[in-house]
Amino acid sequence: MKFLRIVLVSLGLAWAGAGLAGMEEFDFTGTVDEDQFKELIAEIRCLVCQNQSLSDSDAELAHDLRQEVYDLMQQGQDNTQIIDFMVTRYGDFVLYSPPVKPSTYLLWYGPFVLLAIGILFLIKTVRQRSRQTEDGFSEQEQARLKAILGDEADGDNKA
Amino acid sequence: MPRFVRYLAPLVAFLALAGLLYKGLSLDPRKVPSPLIDKPAPAFSLTRLKQPEATLGSTDLKGKVTLFNVWATWCVACRSEHPVLMQLAESGKVSIYGLNYKDNRADAKRWLLRYGDPYLANAFDGDGRVGIDWGVYGTPETFIVDQQGIIRHKHIGPLTQEAVRDEILPLIEKLEASSG
Repeated sequence: MKFLRIVLVSLGLAWAGAGLAGMEEFDFTGTVDEDQFKELIAEIRCLVCQNQSLSDSDAELAHDLRQEVYDLMQQGQDNTQIIDFMVTRYGDFVLYSPPVKPSTYLLWYGPFVLLAIGILFLIKTVRQRSRQTEDGFSEQEQARLKAILGDEADGDNKA
Repeated sequence: MPRFVRYLAPLVAFLALAGLLYKGLSLDPRKVPSPLIDKPAPAFSLTRLKQPEATLGSTDLKGKVTLFNVWATWCVACRSEHPVLMQLAESGKVSIYGLNYKDNRADAKRWLLRYGDPYLANAFDGDGRVGIDWGVYGTPETFIVDQQGIIRHKHIGPLTQEAVRDEILPLIEKLEASSG
């Protein structure tokens, strides 16, 4: 039981620690809006641990970049300017939602193209099925069937 | 012909997908292409590591092809790349400048005494602000800057003999030839 308690307490502590990254020593009593700040650092990827945003990451670089975002906000820069600052340095990859431009068309529109191909295929299949007669054979197949059966009938007659 | 296509289409689709995934296996997601390639090197002016009274700035990188190496004493991989830089410096094929990134002056100077100093000079970037301007996210990083001060190449991670032989030196030769 004692062991279980230790495990639970450590899990709880780990959980608490996970929520702490990001909100270190910033002062939001001044001109910097806390919600806007949090929104921004959640949109920017930390390049050191790539599946975490600046707000999740505890990497050294994430600390520095949070400070940078804070400072830029204090200088009165708006979201687009700050995002721009990051993109000119680290590329589109810092953004969780990449911009729509020729090099990302495949990413944005590719799934819709695949969907269109799937729908075309579906329509074609359904049309083909509806052309089939009630006994489950298409006109083509019926003609072939007739030919085969006709052949056999001939053969039978000969024998 | 239609029947032929019908049987072949799934095979072609499968091969295309397999090819795509196979390519993905050899790509390193940690190597993010830098948007700074073919752009002017970000302007900076910092104190020199060994002579704090003098400065080293982006203007010092102009006029010749330079190799700009971002390093720190806390960076383990920098230690493994150091002999490669030493060798490159001895060959005299390129001017090597350094950016000592988020480091401690005394530690950095001691490191250069101990392992040798391949740099013509180092800019001391204690708070890492210049590193941010250069888009540094994983030391060591190495940039090649041409005579006009334009960044032509970025190598992320430690330089290896192979990288120097196959990427760095051919590019330096090409850049030097192009200016005449």
